[in-house]
Amino acid sequence: MIDALPLWLLVAIKSLVLLIIVITLFAYTMLAERKVLAYMQLRVGPNKVGPWGLLQPAADAVKMIFKEDLTPSTADPLIYRLAPFIAVFTALLAYAVIPFSQGEHGPWSIANVNAGILFVFAITSMGVYGISLAGWASGSKYPLLGSVRATAQMISYELAMTMSVIGVILQASTTSLSGIVEAQSRLWFIVPQCLGFLIYIITAVAETNRVPFDLVEAESELVAGFHTEYSGLRFGLFFIAEYINMITVSCLATLLFLGGWNGPGAAGHPLLGLLYFVIKVFAFLFFYIWLRGTLPRLRYDRLMAFGWKVLLPLATLNLLVTAIVVALWY
Amino acid sequence: MNIIAIFKGLATTFGYMFRRKATIDYPFVKRAHAPRFHGLHELRRYDDGMERCIGCELCQIACPANAITVVGGENTPEDRHSPGERYAFRYEIDELRCIFCGMCEEACPTDAITLTPRFEMSNYTRSSLIYDKSKLLVPAEYGVGEAPHERPGGIPADLGEVARTKSTMNPERGYLATWRGIDILTSKGKTYMPTPAGGELVREPERLKGGE
Repeated sequence: MIDALPLWLLVAIKSLVLLIIVITLFAYTMLAERKVLAYMQLRVGPNKVGPWGLLQPAADAVKMIFKEDLTPSTADPLIYRLAPFIAVFTALLAYAVIPFSQGEHGPWSIANVNAGILFVFAITSMGVYGISLAGWASGSKYPLLGSVRATAQMISYELAMTMSVIGVILQASTTSLSGIVEAQSRLWFIVPQCLGFLIYIITAVAETNRVPFDLVEAESELVAGFHTEYSGLRFGLFFIAEYINMITVSCLATLLFLGGWNGPGAAGHPLLGLLYFVIKVFAFLFFYIWLRGTLPRLRYDRLMAFGWKVLLPLATLNLLVTAIVVALWY
Repeated sequence: MNIIAIFKGLATTFGYMFRRKATIDYPFVKRAHAPRFHGLHELRRYDDGMERCIGCELCQIACPANAITVVGGENTPEDRHSPGERYAFRYEIDELRCIFCGMCEEACPTDAITLTPRFEMSNYTRSSLIYDKSKLLVPAEYGVGEAPHERPGGIPADLGEVARTKSTMNPERGYLATWRGIDILTSKGKTYMPTPAGGELVREPERLKGGE
C-alpha cells in the first residue's frame, strides 16, 4: 500500500510526522532540562502547569507567541528577521537523513543517502550562519561579540569533531549512516574508538554552544550573547534550534559510537531497535543536562587553547592510528 | 584541566538529584513560623467586646516609620467604644511604610495594638494597603480578650496547609485572615467571604492627607 503512494507524498508525510515528533521532543527536552537542573539544585522546577509541570512547554509556547516581536532601530531588518529561520532550518534539515531504525526494506529515515554523515556535517556547520548573522544584524554590541565568538568556536571545534568522526568512517568503510550502524552489529565503535568518542562528545557540546562551552550566550559577560535583542517567537526559534541541534548531535553520537538501533534482540524487530535508539539518545540528552548542572563556563582563551592544542592533536593522532590499523589489518 | 575533579563534580550533582528538596510549595504549603512572628497589626478588644484603644497616639509617636495615624475621639454614653474617656476615632496604619518592628506594641499602654503573624497582604493598589479600623479592629466574635498568640485556637497565619509539624493554626475553629486586602473567614479548609462585624463592610480606606 505504501508503495502505491507517489514518492513526493510519501516524503512529505514522513517529514511532517518527523517534524511533529522532533518539535515535541524539543519541548520536553526543555522541560526535562529545567526539571533535572532544578533537582540537582535542590529545587523542584516547574510543577504548576499540569501534573508534574507536564504542560509547561505549552504554556511557554503561548507566552512566546504572544510576546512582542521587537526589532532594534539599528538592526539590519531583513537579515535580523531571517537569521532565526536559518538557524531552525539548518537544525531541522539534518533529520532528512538520520535513520532511526532498520526496517525490512531499509532504514527508517526520510531519505537513505549513501553519504549521510557528510550531509549532516555540511548542514549542521551551516547552522553557525544563523547565529553569526543574528549577532551581526542586531546592530548592538553584545550580540556582535557573541556571534564573533560563535564563529571562532564553531570553526575550532568543527575540525576536531570531523577528525574524530573520520576514524569511525574509516573503520566502517562507509559514509552511509545506516551502513555505519550495520558495521557495529558485533562491536560498538565506542570500544575501538573510545578516544574518538571522548573527543566527539566534548566537541558536540561545544558545537551546540552548551555549558561549559556556552561562551556564545554567556549571560554573565554578554547579557544573552547573539540573541540579546531577540524577543518573542524569533527568540523561541533560536531556542528550538539550540535544542534540536542538541538532539541531532545526540542522535549522531548514538549512530556513530553506540551502535544506533543495535541491541539484544533488535535484529529483525524494528520497533525494539527504535526503542534502543531512543533510549541511547535520551541518555545523551541527560548527559548534556547533567554537564550543564555541574560544570562552570570555560574562559574564552582556555576554550580556544583546549580546542586547538589538545583536542585537534588528539583527534589527529586518533585518526592516524585508526588509519594505520585499518590499512594493516582490515 | 583536572578530569578527576570533573567526575567528582558529576557525581555530586547526580547525588543531589535524589536529596530532599529545599523548596516549599509556597502558596499551597507554608512554612511554620514563630508563634509571635511580627506581621500584620490587629487592634484588640477587652473580654466584654470593648475596644482597648484609648486614642492616646503613643503608637503614632513611637512609630519609627511614621506609618501610624491616630485621631482620638470622646466617648459619650450613647456612643461608647472603649471603657475610658477617649477612643480611636480614626486609626490607620500604612502597611507599606510599616517595618513591623513592634514598637507600637511596646508603646501601647492598654495592649491594644498587637502584631499578628499574618504576613500575606499583597495587593494591587497602594491605597488598599492603608489599613483603617475596619480592617485592623478584630471582630468581637473572634479574638476577644487574649492576645492573638494566646487565643485557645491560636492565630492562624495563612489559608493553606502549614509545612512541618508545628503549626499555630487550628482549622477547627475558623479564623479571620486577610487575603488581598479582604478579610475572609476560613474554616476546615473552606473559605468564606466576609461576615461583617459591627455591621461595617470591608471597604477601601480614604487616602491619608499629608501626615501630621
